[in-house]
Amino acid sequence: MGLLDAGISKHNVVITSVDNVLNWARLSSLWPMGFGLACCAIEMMATNASNYDLERFGIFPRSSPRQSDLMIVAGTVTMKMAERVIRLYEQMPEPRYVLSMGSCSNCGGPYWEHGYHVLKGVDRVIPVDVYVPGCPPRPESLIGGLMKIQELIRMEQIGISRAEALKKLAEKSSDPQQVIERDRQVVRA
Amino acid sequence: MSDFEIGGAAPQSVQQAAAAYEVVREMFGGAVSDFDANEFMPFFEVLEPEKWPDIALFMRDHPKLKFNYMACLSGVDYPDDEKLGIVCNLESLGIFGHRIAVKVKCSREGGVIPTVAYVWHTANWHEREAYDMFGMQFSGHPDLRRILCPEDWEGFPLRKDYKVQESYHGIKVPY
Repeated sequence: MGLLDAGISKHNVVITSVDNVLNWARLSSLWPMGFGLACCAIEMMATNASNYDLERFGIFPRSSPRQSDLMIVAGTVTMKMAERVIRLYEQMPEPRYVLSMGSCSNCGGPYWEHGYHVLKGVDRVIPVDVYVPGCPPRPESLIGGLMKIQELIRMEQIGISRAEALKKLAEKSSDPQQVIERDRQVVRA
Repeated sequence: MSDFEIGGAAPQSVQQAAAAYEVVREMFGGAVSDFDANEFMPFFEVLEPEKWPDIALFMRDHPKLKFNYMACLSGVDYPDDEKLGIVCNLESLGIFGHRIAVKVKCSREGGVIPTVAYVWHTANWHEREAYDMFGMQFSGHPDLRRILCPEDWEGFPLRKDYKVQESYHGIKVPY
């Protein structure tokens, strides 16, 4: 439940917890670092552009790791690039989030066996919060992943670790098949 | 009027290449192999690699040849012959329009091929790539460093018997 869903009526006063306000602020202005590594970056740029318009979620690419709180690893991470990715991740201020976009960055993708130069999954060098499958993922998938990051931020509280927040997120997840079936029945009716 | 005759004379491109080869053969004799007049990539081999820069310069500047353009330089591994080699695709761009390929080979371990980076500047980076992937040296090259792999990478990835290293700077490499 978002903060604005609470319905502010009584003289613009709303009573909520500090956690809620902090999380709402963070998830409403996720600033990803503007960098792309391969064809996934094209899809990411398309998502940023007017057709999919990430700015409606407050998501806007920044040119510096020091101004970013989200890293979208969009593309093939080569061994040469892996060290730079670590450096960039370390330059980001906390709290920071990592979204691994596409098969290459998830697990090496088509280069998993014979790609001697490819890092087989960016999670070998930096901690990943959300994986988006696809080769490359469509903008809808990327937006889905970004919403997952927002859900993760919503799970956070002062005093609990990221791992615990991820656990809470996993417990909350439901089988998409039920949602699809429900929507189908609505359409049929 | 038909351009294509089955069992007929070789295509015009091969005839042009053969004519160009004859000029080289006349000048360098036994330093070059016989001409391979296949339709897809007519080529000859340089049998004495130390003469390769002279042949290259000759091919670039001779008024009947004018191979002013190096389209590609690729490395090749011949594990059965214990050899490494390069294939150079040359073209006379905008002058005669003829094309030919030249092969140069060296031994697989510690092999050296003289550079032609001073003849065609294209060869500079292409030779670096061939060195990066196959490991042959190019003597006289102005800047022979790896071009794609990290400088401290182990082994030469496009050799047939290449095995990837276990870790690179503490990061596991194989899947």
